[in-house]
Parts: sequence; structure tokens; C-alpha cells
Amino acid sequence: MYEQVAFYLFSVLTIGLFLVTVLSKNLLYSMTSLAAGMVMISGFFFILGADFLGVVQLIVYVGAVMALYAFAMMFFDATRDIKEKNANSGWIFLLGGMIALMLVIVFSAPIFSENIQAIYPSIPGATNPQSVGLVLFTKYLVPFEVAAVMLLVAMIAGIILAGKKMDQSLTTEDDIVKTEVISQEDEK
Amino acid sequence: MEKFVYIALFAPLVSSLFAALYGMSSRKVYVGIIASLLLTTSFLASAILATYVYQTGGSIHVTMMEWIGAGDLMIPFGFVVDQVSVTMMTVVTLVSTVVHFYSIGYMDHDKSFNRFFSYLSAFVFSMMVLVMSDNFAGLFIGWEGVGVCSWLLIGFWYHKPDVSPEENPSISPSWAANEAFIVNRIADLGMLVGIFILYWNTGSLQYDVVFAEIPYLGHGILVAAAIALFIGAMGKSAQFPLHTWLTDAMEGPTPVSALIHAATMVTAGVFLVIRANPIYSLTPEVSYFIAALGTFVAFFAASMALVNRDLKRIIAYSTLSQLGYMFAAAGLGAYWIALFHLAAHAFFKALLFLGAGNVMHAMHDELDIFKMGGLKKSMRWTYIYMGVASLALAGIPPLAGFFSKDAIIETAFNEGTLVLWIVLVVTAGMTAFYSFRQVFLTFEGDERYKAFGIHPHEMYKFVLIAMSPLALLAVIAGFFQGAFHSFIIKLLPNYEMSEHTHHLVWLLGTIVLAFAVGGILLAWIKYGKGLKRNEKLENSFVYKLLKNQYYIPHFYAEFISKPYAMISDMMWKSVDMKIIDTTVDGIAYLFYGGGDKTRKMQTGNLSTYLNWMGVGLALLLIVAAISAVIG
Amino acid sequence: MIGLNHYLILSGLLFAIGLVGVVRRKNLLMLFFATEVMLNAANVAFAAVSHYYGDLTGQMFAFFIIAVAASEVAVGLGLLIVLYKKHGSLDLDGLSTMKG
Repeated sequence: MYEQVAFYLFSVLTIGLFLVTVLSKNLLYSMTSLAAGMVMISGFFFILGADFLGVVQLIVYVGAVMALYAFAMMFFDATRDIKEKNANSGWIFLLGGMIALMLVIVFSAPIFSENIQAIYPSIPGATNPQSVGLVLFTKYLVPFEVAAVMLLVAMIAGIILAGKKMDQSLTTEDDIVKTEVISQEDEK
Repeated sequence: MEKFVYIALFAPLVSSLFAALYGMSSRKVYVGIIASLLLTTSFLASAILATYVYQTGGSIHVTMMEWIGAGDLMIPFGFVVDQVSVTMMTVVTLVSTVVHFYSIGYMDHDKSFNRFFSYLSAFVFSMMVLVMSDNFAGLFIGWEGVGVCSWLLIGFWYHKPDVSPEENPSISPSWAANEAFIVNRIADLGMLVGIFILYWNTGSLQYDVVFAEIPYLGHGILVAAAIALFIGAMGKSAQFPLHTWLTDAMEGPTPVSALIHAATMVTAGVFLVIRANPIYSLTPEVSYFIAALGTFVAFFAASMALVNRDLKRIIAYSTLSQLGYMFAAAGLGAYWIALFHLAAHAFFKALLFLGAGNVMHAMHDELDIFKMGGLKKSMRWTYIYMGVASLALAGIPPLAGFFSKDAIIETAFNEGTLVLWIVLVVTAGMTAFYSFRQVFLTFEGDERYKAFGIHPHEMYKFVLIAMSPLALLAVIAGFFQGAFHSFIIKLLPNYEMSEHTHHLVWLLGTIVLAFAVGGILLAWIKYGKGLKRNEKLENSFVYKLLKNQYYIPHFYAEFISKPYAMISDMMWKSVDMKIIDTTVDGIAYLFYGGGDKTRKMQTGNLSTYLNWMGVGLALLLIVAAISAVIG
Repeated sequence: MIGLNHYLILSGLLFAIGLVGVVRRKNLLMLFFATEVMLNAANVAFAAVSHYYGDLTGQMFAFFIIAVAASEVAVGLGLLIVLYKKHGSLDLDGLSTMKG
């Protein structure tokens, strides 16, 4: 009963928040609602008994990624709305609706394969973080290490890309003109 | 011995490839000489093989490699050298060698000298494959190979412009080449069907396997196979009704006529019948038809030769006629006599053609014998050669033609087919008449060529020397009849005259000889002293009928070529242009238009691309949903 | 009773929302947000499958997806900053140098 209430509550909240994210004209609203949606998603993880994943979701997404977005937005003039031309948004919604419908049909179709067996079943008696740890550091050790290297590479890449000419402020009008001149020269 | 087989077979190929290297460059005498020497090598190898087979009485069977292996079909690239093939090999390489040497002189002024040798040697190679192959597939490859080379060589002077059929019945060399090729394709279809029938019923294409199976096959199948194979032979050997191409093929250079259209390729049909004698022995009705058709063609061709004025065409008709004799012998079961006549005929007919080539050379390519006459003064040796060859052709003892042709006529008598015998005897007389009509009109009598301002001269010395082996053989080949008989019957079924015929052999020979001598005398009376034209005779119906080749070319043109051209034209205009082209163009327009329309997708705008990606995803999901629901 | 299908359908809906965002929005930053939405939709599906089949593999994949998403954000935002410095705007329609 609680599970149902929780599921539907979270579902409605998540869908609503993500809709705000996607449809809002204001970048700040979008980001805020995205962060809130992430928190709701972690709620699903807790319902599903994936405690560790829920915690990671909160820490990484809501904590780190959102903070990163927030910092990144400092570079952009977030208050200046981009005028978006959406001439044919009607059929985009139709497309999205159709994809959703197809996914619903696919997922609600009965599963014919009878003998689906767990490759790495949950370890009885162990808590979720314990069993995640056991599987992660045995069967998935190499992918885990690769993921670590990937994160390191991404961090360095982010620093280098964002840190170039960090001292120059490129948001003032003069500088924009100057940059355009530079870029034109580059093109030549 | 095996290496001699390969030398005999591949020396012409090497020669052809060597000459082909110089194909586009200007005349180089050494190309001709090297090609001729390689052909000589091939001849020597064949002669060694012939001696070997003669002495041991056995045969050599080599398999060079596996050639085609597909499912149950196994065709090795194998060659057999037995009595029949070694005879053919020797004849072919000997005549080829002489013709190669001759061509060095004859093609002297031609700018495509090197190309000519390349084609000529390629022909010899194909012919060797044809006669040496140990299976029907190899035979067919050689068969098509000689067809292609014949096409190339007839159309050697392809640049000659077309003329009207009134001026020249064969219009132009390229026309004649195409005619020969197309007529042969029609016949080859029959041949292929025959090979398929044999393969279908025996499961093999090897001669020995097929012939071992023959006695166990049904009679109907054998008759079908025999008829189908004979249709192929009819095309290659220009038997009625597929004979028109042979006279038109005289458009090619004269050495080609001598080699291909007298001595070797046209006898391939006879060779096929001889090779497949186990089949024909078991199908007497087909064999009898072959004999009857052969006799008919012998007479039919000889009748057309009586009135023709073209030097080479007369010889071509006589070739047709002699091929008829060979088929008559083969059809009557006297395979060895057919082969013997084939060999003897090859010698004197090649000699006759080469002599005609000399005359042509001297007369600046003039072929009308009514414009010649009295050439004996300036061309003594050519006169002797052509006279000897004509005597041999007419069947005057002791020359080669007497023995071989007489044997055929005797066979016709021996078999009790009196009608055939009478026709063949009459034809022998006609043969003598038209041969000597031609010789006398060319060499005797008044010198009509002077009116055309031609100064004839004798051919080069080395050419005359090169022709001498043929002349020698045309004289003496007949004496080897007994030896050849005992040699060849180790492979071919024996054929002996009955006691009754044996008693009458002198009488029969005398009758034939009387006709032959009568023909020669008639020719001397009419043409020996010069040309006296008889207007009344020339305007008579029979004369015109013969002169127009019984109107058969007209018939073919009116009732086959023209309707076919009409159908083709209709198909081109209505079917090809309106249906097929429209369809193809429509598909092209569809893609062109589609590309033109979809080019707008390529806006360079990332958001448009994302939209299209979304569409693609939707389509994939639709497929997934359908398969999920269907399950 | 909430079954696997409920979660999967929820996941599908979230994915569709993310897709609409990707397709419709022209602000590059919004595209990133929409991508995050789609990634989270996938995560929910993985976690649900993991739960209902009693298999930890799904959680592992969700875990790696989070790692990938973090990397993507780091690199992507770096690129966005460079782009913004160059063009002074994040409008997707301005990026049409690939026009054929």
C-alpha cells in the first residue's frame, strides 16, 4: 500500500518536475527542477531496495553534477533568455508522444522468455551496499577501474577546456566584438 | 611422350601471344618468322607423336589439371592423342605451318601483318584443343575458339566499306564475319543440346566414359543426341541449310581461306561425327540422313560452282562439295575413309587456295576469272601447283583425290545406295569440270587481263617453296591408303568392301574416271582456247538459278533477316524504349528526385539532425513494438 | 501491487520527456539537462529490472551510467564554455557550419 502510494507520488512528482525542466523558458527554473527531479529519482531507488544507488544518485547527481551545472552557468548570462524558434513544436510533441506510446507498448507486452536467470543474484543476508560492493569489486573490477580512469580523463579535459584564457572576460560587449574579429581572422 | 603433347598444343599459343605483343606495331618480318618456326615445332612434335602412335598402336592420355569441378560435374583439362586425333593434329599443324610461311609473303604489304599472325596462331591453338581434348567440354571450347578466330580472320579487313548485294553477295568482310559467326552460333546451340543430352544420361563428358555408356542408353536418346550433335557439325562444316556463310567467308585473306575454310575448321564437323562414331553406329537412321545430306550437298555445291566467276568462291563451293563427300562416307559407316579423304582434301584444297592467293596477289586482288586468262606465261609454278591440286580434286590417278574419293564412291555402291552412288559419280564429273574451267580460264587462253592494265608477276620464291610440301602430299598421299587403313582401324570401326564390290572395283573406278576425264575435256573444249561467252545460256533460268545460289541467300534475307530486323525494330521502339527504358529512367528519376528532396534534410543545423534522429528512433521503436506485440 | 511494467512505463515516459527536450530546445545547456533526464529514465529501468529479477547487474549498469554521466557533464560543460567564448551564445541554430 505504502509502496503504491510512494510510487505514484514519486512518479507524478518526477514527471512534473522533468516536464518543467524541459519546457521552462528560464534556465534557472529548469536547473532547479532537474535537481529536484533527481532527488525524486533517488526515491525510486530506495523503494526498489537499491540503497547504495540511491545514495550515489544523491551525491553524484544532486550534489556534484548539479553543482557543476551551477558553476558552469556562472559563465553564461543565465538571465538572458535565448529566443528559441519553435516553428514546428506540434509535431515534436507528436513524435515524443509516439515514442512514449511505443515504449509503453513494448514494455507492457508480455515477456515470452521464461527462463530469465539472475547472473549475479543478490546475496542473501547481506545488505545492499555489501552485495553491491562484493559484485563491484569482483566481477566488475576492471570496468570499475576503467570508469575511474575515465572520470580522471574527463576531469582533466574539463579543466583544460574551461581553464583556457580563464583570465579573459568574454561576456562584455567589447570583448564579444574583439572575439568576433579574432574568429574572423581565424577563419581567414 | 607427354612433353611432345604439350609442345604440340602450346607452341601455337606461345606464337599467338608473341605475335599479339606486336599487334599494334608496324610490320615486323621476324614476328612472322618466329610464329612460323613455332608452328613448325608444333608440327614436328605432332609428327613424333604420330610416329609413336603408329609404332606402338597405343594412345597417350594426359590430364594437365582439374579444370571444372562443380558437384557431380568433373571436367579435367585432359588431352588424348590417339589415331584419330594424331591424324588431325598432323594435318592441322602441317597445313598451318605451310600457311604461316606462305602468309609471310602474302601479307607482305599489309599493315596489320603482326596482328594477322596472332590470330592465325590462336586459331591453330583452338583447333588443337578441339582435336586433342579428351572430353566434350574441351571439344566445345576449341569449337568456340575456332569460331572466334574464324570471325576475327574473316573480318580481318573490317575497315572495307559495305557494298550493295549486287556488287558482292557478301557485302563486306565484317558482314561476312558476322554472318559466319551467327550461323555457327545457331548450330552450336544444337551441339550444346547434344552435349547436355549426353551428360544428362551418362553423367560424364569424357569420351571413354560416354562411349562406354552408349550401348545401355535408349534408342530415342541416342537419336536425339546424334541429331543435336550433327546440327553442330552442320554449322561448322557448312552443310545445307547452314552453308551460306562459307562462300561469304572468302572475304577473309586467302591464307585464312586455305587454312580455316578448306583444310581445318570446316572439317571439324566431320571430325565430330568420326569422334562420336559409337553414337552414329547405333543410330543408322541418323547416319543414313547424314549420308544423304552429304551427297545432296556434294551435288548442290558443285552445281553452284559450275557458273561462278569468283576464283575463291569456286574453290569454296568445291570445299563444300568435298565436305559433302566426307559426310557421305561417315554417314555410310566408312569413318576411316571419311578421315582419309579429310586429310587428302586438306592437302590439295589448301594448295589450291594458296595458288588462288598467288593469282590474287598477281592480279591485284581481282577475283573474276573472266578477267584473267593466259597467266601461265608469267606464273608457271602457280599453274603447276593449281593444276596438280585440281587434278587431285578431280580424282585423276595417281593423285591423292583419286584414292580417297574413289573409296567414298565405292562405299556408296557397296552399301547398295545406288541413288547416292549415281549422284556422287555425276558430282565427280562436275567437280572435274568446274575445277578445270577455273584453271583454264585463269591460266590458258587469251590474256584478258591486259585490258585492265594489270601486269601479273610470280609470287616470291620462298612462298613457292613453302607450298611444295602440300603439292608433294597432294600427289603422293593416296599411296598411303593401305598403311593409313591398318593404322586407323585400331581405333575406328573397320570398313571393308564386300566381295561383290571387290570384283567390280575396276569397273567402278573406270566409270568415275570416265566422268572425271569427261569433265576435264568438256572444260578444255569450252574454255581451253579462251573465253567464249554464250549469251543465251547465261540468260537461261537454270544458269541464273545457279548463279544466284538457288536464291537461298535472298530467301534468308527476305524471310529471316528482314522479319527479324522488323521484330527487333519493333521491340526496340515499343518494348525497349517504352517499357524497359521508361522503367529504368523512372527508377533513376525516383532516386534523383528523392535525393533532391531529401537534400533539404542536410541543413547543417544540429537541431534538425536531432529531429531526424528522433524520427529514426520512433521508426525503430515501431518495429520493436510490432515485433513485441506479435511476439 | 506495483510491478516491473509500472517502472518500465514510467521510465519510458521520462525518456520521452527527455527526448522532447532534446528535440525541441535550442539552448545547448537545455540539451544537457534533457540528456540527464533520459539517462535517469534509463537508470530507473535498470534499477527496477535489477530489483524484480533479483539480479545485481542492473544496479551495476546504473552505477556505471552515473559515472559516465558525470564525465559527460565535465567534458561537455568545458566544451560549452569554449563555445560560448567563441560565439557568445549557446543557440543551437547558430551552429550551422556543417551545412552541406
